[in-house]
Amino acid sequence: MGEKFFGKPIKRKEDPRFITGAGNYVDDITLQRQSYVAMVRSPHAHATIKSINVDKAKAHPGVIDVILGQEMLDAGIGSIPVGWLLDGLKTPPHYAITVDKARHQGEIVAAVIAEDSYTAEDAADLVEVVYDVHSAVANPAKALEGGAPQVHSDAPGNVTFNWQIGDKAATDAAFASAAKTVKLDLRNNRLIPNAIEPRASLADYNRGTQEYTLYTTSQNPHVHRLIIAAFVMGIPENKLRVISPDVGGGFGSKIFQYPEEIIVLYASKKHKRPVKWNAKRSESFLTDSHGRDHVTTAELAVDANANITGLRVKTAANMGAYLTLFAPAVPTYLYGTLLAGTYRTPNIHCEVTGVFTHTTPVDAYRGAGRPEATYLLERIVSYMAQELKMDPAEFRKKNFIGPDQFPYQTPVALAYDSGNYVPALEKALAMANYTKLRADQAEGRKNGRYIGIGFSTYLEACGLAPSAVVGSLGAQAGQWESSLVRVAPTGKVEVFTGSHSHGQGHETAFAQIVADRLGVTMEDVEIVHGDTAKMPYGWGTYGSRSGPVGTSAIVKAVEKVVNKGQKIAAHLLEAREEDLEFLEGKYQVKGSPDKAVSFGDIALQAHLAHNYPADLEPGLEASAFYDPANFVYPFGTHIAVVEVFPDTGKVEILRYIAVDDCGPQINPLIVQGQVHGGIAQGAAQALFENALYDDNAQLLSSSFMEYALPRADSLPSFEIDHTITPSPHNPLGVKGIGEAGCIASTAAVANAVNDALEPFGIRHLDMPLSPPRIWKAIQDAVPAQAAD
Amino acid sequence: MKVSIKVNGQNYTRDIEERTLLVHFLREQAGLTGTHIGCETSLCGACTVLLNGNAVKSCTVLAASADGTEVTTVEGLAKGNELHPIQEGFWEKHGLQCGFCTPGFLMATVQLLERNPNPTEDEIRHGLEGNYCRCTGYHNIVKAVQFAAAKMRGEAIAAD
Ligand code: FES
Ligand code: FES
Repeated sequence: MGEKFFGKPIKRKEDPRFITGAGNYVDDITLQRQSYVAMVRSPHAHATIKSINVDKAKAHPGVIDVILGQEMLDAGIGSIPVGWLLDGLKTPPHYAITVDKARHQGEIVAAVIAEDSYTAEDAADLVEVVYDVHSAVANPAKALEGGAPQVHSDAPGNVTFNWQIGDKAATDAAFASAAKTVKLDLRNNRLIPNAIEPRASLADYNRGTQEYTLYTTSQNPHVHRLIIAAFVMGIPENKLRVISPDVGGGFGSKIFQYPEEIIVLYASKKHKRPVKWNAKRSESFLTDSHGRDHVTTAELAVDANANITGLRVKTAANMGAYLTLFAPAVPTYLYGTLLAGTYRTPNIHCEVTGVFTHTTPVDAYRGAGRPEATYLLERIVSYMAQELKMDPAEFRKKNFIGPDQFPYQTPVALAYDSGNYVPALEKALAMANYTKLRADQAEGRKNGRYIGIGFSTYLEACGLAPSAVVGSLGAQAGQWESSLVRVAPTGKVEVFTGSHSHGQGHETAFAQIVADRLGVTMEDVEIVHGDTAKMPYGWGTYGSRSGPVGTSAIVKAVEKVVNKGQKIAAHLLEAREEDLEFLEGKYQVKGSPDKAVSFGDIALQAHLAHNYPADLEPGLEASAFYDPANFVYPFGTHIAVVEVFPDTGKVEILRYIAVDDCGPQINPLIVQGQVHGGIAQGAAQALFENALYDDNAQLLSSSFMEYALPRADSLPSFEIDHTITPSPHNPLGVKGIGEAGCIASTAAVANAVNDALEPFGIRHLDMPLSPPRIWKAIQDAVPAQAAD
Repeated sequence: MKVSIKVNGQNYTRDIEERTLLVHFLREQAGLTGTHIGCETSLCGACTVLLNGNAVKSCTVLAASADGTEVTTVEGLAKGNELHPIQEGFWEKHGLQCGFCTPGFLMATVQLLERNPNPTEDEIRHGLEGNYCRCTGYHNIVKAVQFAAAKMRGEAIAAD
């Protein structure tokens, strides 16, 4: 196999359509006789619906229908299920349109169908709902207190699950015998994903075939099909086609099956015409699944030689008002299992309580559980280093799992297959010019400049696998991936993949792999995804799985095609199969390159089947299903350098250095892009973004005016590099990189800000490290300092 | 009411509701779906187009008030098959991922480079602060704009 394309920074094949305005997003699709739906949403976080009067809305010109929850219930439309079960998990029903009560602001109480979107919106305002408003709770710690408002009658105390991992007795013993321990109370702030493309869904029911087509903003069309057909609508799975065309960013928020998708499907069948829904941004804020939101106490123990000996964690995880698809897995198996990070930590115990509150459901958001774990661990490691008066890089290095210790079994279930943490750290330190940086910091402090340096020597586990293991942990899904490679008579190649691209550039990266392996050009390869009627069955894209899992399925299918071609070539060349080799698009007799036949000729012969092996089926295509042996474990070192301005509390990121190891890079341009975007999102959690609820569980940060997405001028350019430690268990050795930046950067930035604040005697501030919070902490600290 | 708007050199005369937004006119009446809607509140920049040469957020302009104007959308940026240098820059420097914000960025960049053909990184970042991108972290968008600016100034483009 010649590697003409693998590893090269090739410009993306998909870009020409995006830069010329020819993308095809759900909202760009218009069907004949299309109608529109607008949702009537509860303005209250917790209220009983006493009555709904739809007369005025129905009488409004252009209105087709007003649908209520009871009608859909009577029609047999079920609850939207949870896809990951834990022992004792409480799973109250979650209906597309609530029937009895609103349990979070923005929950749908009625759906208005009209001839056009303006009319639907007008009529939605005419639906009269009488509510009996109750007190509500948004904070997970408060929701656990006695007397807190209850979200579901069948989840007493608002607890949906209690989960733990690790050896409690051993961990307690480690703390009892520790030379030093530290304790941190941490709030992992709630985030709102805010993909720039709002969610959208368009349903089209075909009366003749009784088939539904759902165009929707999904990261995993087959998961949508399975859940919606089998569990919600109660229709045969083969009667629902899900098409997820160009999708404008997901970050987790487009994994889940949302009420609006169910409503458009139901309404489309009822009225025998297409029904479309587009989220307004205000709806995105209120109803796209949120991320993070933990209240945690973490403790770290070291022995007299500064070796970490124990980590103890207690977390209340806010699940919101309902459990969505992956929600129970996020603060448990994607969180507690990551708490060893890159460190030899012999004893870990983690206890998590999943808490219902009157807020938007919380589920996977870029990194899903792993950013929460990494923030906690990297923050407390830096905190301990400060306590020990050790350099944070030194303390980390001292505790790293050594390169000779792999495979490494952590005390929290994961077994790391490969890793080499010091070179990434050293590289980042060199890029930062660390010694000088510390000198500059010391010098600055003398002159009233407050510079901080923050580390995150993270590890992440992605490409969730193998299926049997995730199944035993509660997943109600497989986690393999599929691919179908079809070669046309002209030698052009179509690759159908179960992975879904919503910005990741699969059409390019996947084509690079295939073009190399078949010896064809990038233009000869078309990557097809996002349509259940075209692709083989697949599980979609989340958890950085397309690189390690999706491409592996493609490699396997391509191998099958090459092997079949070899049989045809042997026949044509009158040679033995084992005497042939496939090199740069040609099958040739080993040692005599003049006896050769091209892949294109083989493709043609496979379809003509004129001069053909007697025992071979015609055609040239193969499918493959790949179930990985393990997760993959990318890692790296991120260093943030910030300056805090004490007069205003403002933070500026002066430099951001990242060295990541995702194994061999299929396309460095795309890898870098993923890292950049991830850093921005993670840094924004540390500094800007915060979903804030008031005491009535009203979302205060409900628009771009109050919720601070980073802008171009909020961030610097990033200095990034990499090391390469291949994964030993997948064919390309690749590891995921979609989430790493976001997992690493929050802690790096938070550590940097806390480092900058050290001269004020401030030991720890929670995120977001916004100007008011910092300014106030400095104000509170300064008199205390002066008094010393 | 009747409204006539010249979009990318072509006249569109349509009978519309008074409250129709320019972005809806472009997408639904003219069938030009390259201009995207990310917020409808003038905050994300996805809907940026040029109105008589000025970058505006078409979600907060009434189609009625654009009557008689000339609008350029992303579909009108390339000359036939020849990409505009800004489009080239975004492609060359991987200035987009999901592509949803991209048309808005391209149009905002037209104005930015018209006003300042040789912007510094800071000036680029400030100049584009009205547009959100959730995917790229802006790093490569800055590079894309620098590429375009150099090309439009007629300079040779340095390789990385
Ligand atoms: S859609 Fe116009 S600025 Fe967001
Ligand atoms: S490329 Fe996705 S929002 Fe900018």
